[in-house]
Parts: sequence; structure tokens; C-alpha cells
Amino acid sequence: MTRPREGTGIPAPLLIPAAVGVAFLVLPVVGLLVRTPWSDLGPLLTAPAVGEALRLSVVSATIATLLSLLMGVPLAWVLARSRIRGRALLRALVTVPLVLPPVVGGVALFLVLGRQGLIGRWLFEQFDVTIPFTTAAVVIAETFVAMPFLVISVEGALRAADARFEDAAATLGAGRWTTFRRVTLPLVAPGIGAGAVLCWARALGEFGATITFAGNYPGTTQTMPLAVYLALQEDSEAAIALSLVLLVVSLATLLLLRDRWLGRTTAPVA
Amino acid sequence: MTWRPAVVVAAALLGLAGCTGSSASPDDAASTTSAETSTSSEITGTLTVFGAASLTDVFTELGDRLMADHQGLDIQFNFAGSSALATQITQGAPADVFASADEVQMAKVTDADLAKNPEVFATNALMLVVPADNPMGIALPGGGGIPSLTEILDHDVTMAVCAPEVPCGAAAAKVLEAAGMSAYPDTYEDDVRAVLTKVELGEVDGGLVYVSDVHAAGDKVLAFGFSESLQAINRYPIAALTDSPNPAAAQAFVDLVLSDDGQQILRDAGFLEP
Repeated sequence: MTRPREGTGIPAPLLIPAAVGVAFLVLPVVGLLVRTPWSDLGPLLTAPAVGEALRLSVVSATIATLLSLLMGVPLAWVLARSRIRGRALLRALVTVPLVLPPVVGGVALFLVLGRQGLIGRWLFEQFDVTIPFTTAAVVIAETFVAMPFLVISVEGALRAADARFEDAAATLGAGRWTTFRRVTLPLVAPGIGAGAVLCWARALGEFGATITFAGNYPGTTQTMPLAVYLALQEDSEAAIALSLVLLVVSLATLLLLRDRWLGRTTAPVA
Repeated sequence: MTWRPAVVVAAALLGLAGCTGSSASPDDAASTTSAETSTSSEITGTLTVFGAASLTDVFTELGDRLMADHQGLDIQFNFAGSSALATQITQGAPADVFASADEVQMAKVTDADLAKNPEVFATNALMLVVPADNPMGIALPGGGGIPSLTEILDHDVTMAVCAPEVPCGAAAAKVLEAAGMSAYPDTYEDDVRAVLTKVELGEVDGGLVYVSDVHAAGDKVLAFGFSESLQAINRYPIAALTDSPNPAAAQAFVDLVLSDDGQQILRDAGFLEP
């Protein structure tokens, strides 16, 4: 803190590209703020469709995050702690959605859960249940795309956590489930928090898989990114205003949760 | 079973819709053919054509023709919803030719002084399409004549239409309003080919697409004409862009589209006369 300062202490070969990097990442956001039609913002944002899209986005991203926690934390434990064979292959498989273009993810979801899909056909014929074009489809698309972010984060946290605590618990007679619940979970809670925030943010911004698999219907499947995309074709000011809302929501989430979740960890994010 | 009446009605609709537009003047055709021959030697390089999604097949065919006539010419297409294309062009996308599915989107480009004197080269009307196996048993009502959309869709089915922001969606909104079915669709897709794909996949029971898309889909869908579609005939304008990096090739492509050959290819693909 009170160290004497000699310039920034950053060598020039690092400083210049780093500064370019900052400009590259920050300038588009500045551009958004500069071009925002501040005087017309009120009417643009109070349109009922905007509130509907925002509510749908927040609700579906939150449900997707909860589902990801439910499935992703156990999955991360299996990847980090278990001794099953083919773990590397398993990890590669479950992180495929990270690298898969989301539109391809949407098509793949169709082929499984669509009305003509492997499981979807059976659901449709037996129970008259159709998944595409419903809010459930939005949640499924978002979970598919976002869960790997959580899995990777939590697995990283588990690997970084000191396994000796778990060993100690085991020597004191705790079963594996008790150890997981009472020792492992509290140990990696910050990592889980960081992963959940990342997962939520990714779900909130999901576009490709959603528009492909869930379609686009105001109030049911039209999330904010879809609303922004379609507004851009008609009225770019409305699109900028909607983008601003998403930006504010994302930044607020980051700031709100930073101290609580991210402050105490080195954010083992892949 | 439903095939025959559907085709008959489609044909009737085509005839009716064809009457609403005026036919291309013979002067245009004469001037375009001479322009084509006089510039044929200089047409090389890359030509970038931005076309409405509904033009995908027919423009690809026209492009292949032009490239066959002019060695050294390479045509790149960007097919999407016309509104997305108009936005891309006004945002500075490097294009030589813009063909829009309605005049509203072309006006965005001409208002920005990026194109002059667009010419309408085709018109198009909407039809109802259902998957080829027609799981919901959608059929024409008896009694002859062109039925209305409400008569064909007398029970609730899952339906895809284009988003109102794109031309086919603006047309769909008009016909649905005329039919009193504005709240009927289940998804608003961002271009007409996305609607067609979802019908072909059987993920929706029905969709509103252009007559030309019905031709493109072949036997993967069943099509039904309906009376309200006459209230929303889309007019397709085309223009070479003023900032075109390759104006000679751009004009050659526009001329080809407006020429007798080009018009015949458009007719064969199900587009109606301008």
C-alpha cells in the first residue's frame, strides 16, 4: 500500500497492448452510452413489451441458474473428486456447449426435444406435450448453454480447495455425503457463487439457442437479447435503449455480487 | 386428399394476385438488354448482393448465370430478413446491390442516399403451409371459391409467422388482422426461411410464407391459398447502391433481374409479376 511508486511499474511492451485491450473492451460500451437517446428513454423503456422481455429474461435466467446449480455442482464434484474411468472424456463432453455455436445448440435441442425429436416425439405422442416455443424451452436453451460455465468454475474451485480438510473429516468418521455437505460445500462456496453469477450472466445474454429452439413470442419466449435484435431491424434507437437496460442489469449484478461472492476468491474461472 | 384443392386455390390466387400489379414496360426490357451487352467486357471482380431471404434460391440461380457469362466475376450473396439487410447497409456494410422484400425497407436505404431509383421487379403473396404429413389434418372447407384463413384454421394449431419488423411479418400482420386472428401465432421468426424450416421440420403445424417459398420447398410442405393474402401483396424493389465498389457488375445484376430471362426465372420460382 505505502510502497514507493516508480511510474506504474508496468513494462512498456505490456502496457501498450494492455491499454489497447482496455480500449477495445470498453469503447463499445462507451459508444452505447454516447448514442443512447436519453431524452426519449422514458417512452422507449416504459413500452409494455420492454418490461415483459426484461421480466422474462430475469426469470428464465434465474431458473436456468438454479437448474445449473442443481445439476452442475454434483457434476463438478464428479469431475474433480471421483475416480471414475473416462473422466477426461466426460469433462470434454459436458463442456461441449462452451465451444458449440449456440445456434447449433438450438438445432441439437430441436433434434432431441422438438416435436419430431428423439424424446420430444414421445412426449408429444404420449402426453401431448410440446416443448419448443414455450418459456420452458427458453430455460432449457439457457441451461444448456450456461451450465458448463458453472461446472468449470466449481470444478476449478474444488481442485484449488485443500483436500486435507475432507481427509480429516473422513478420519473423524464422517461419511462421504456428510463430508460433501459439511466440509466441501462451505469450502468452495465462493467458487460456486462466482460460477452462478457467470452462469446467470451467460443465460441472460443467450440468443442463438433461444431464437432457434424457443422461437420468438412476446411474453413467452422473447427475451431481451431477442428484443434487441429485432428492434435493431426496425428502430435502432429502441435497440440502443434496450441494450442499455441489459448493460445496466449486467453491471448491477456484477457490482452487487462482487463483494459478497467474488471478493474472497481468486475467481477460478476457466 | 388435400393436395388437389390446395393447388387449385393456389393457382386461382396466383391469377388474382397477378392482376393487381402492372406488367413491366417493354421499354425497360429493351434498354436493359442493350446495357447488358455493352458492358459485358468490363464485368469482373467481386459483386456483393444483399437479398431478401425469400430470394435465396432464385438469386443464387441468377448469380450462377451471370458468373457463367462473365469469367472473373465472383458474386457473394447475403440473404437475410430485408430489415436486417437495410440496417446493415445504412450502417456501412459493403454491398453493391440491395433487393428488398418490400418498399418500406428499400426506403430506409434510399432515404439515406445510399441508392437511387429502385425498380420493382416482382411481387409476392402469402400462403399457409403445413408439414407434408399434415398431422393436424388441416383441410380446405367445402363449397368452392377462395376460403378465408379462419375457414381453413378452424381450430387452434401451433403457427409460425415472420416478426412484424421484417416484410413478410408486416404482410402476415396485415392478413392476420384482416382475418381477426392477430393473437394466433406462436412464434415470430426473424426471416421467412426460418418459418419455412420450422414447418418442414414439423415443429409447428402451420406457417405463413410466400408463394415463392412454397415453390422452393417442393413436396416438403402442403400449401393453402386464402383470401386475406390479397390484402398484403409485397412489392420487391431492387437497386444498385450508390457507394457500390463495383458499379458495372452491380448494374449488370440489376439488369439481369429486370430482363426477360430474369423475369422468367422469377416467374418459374413462383414470384408474381410486378
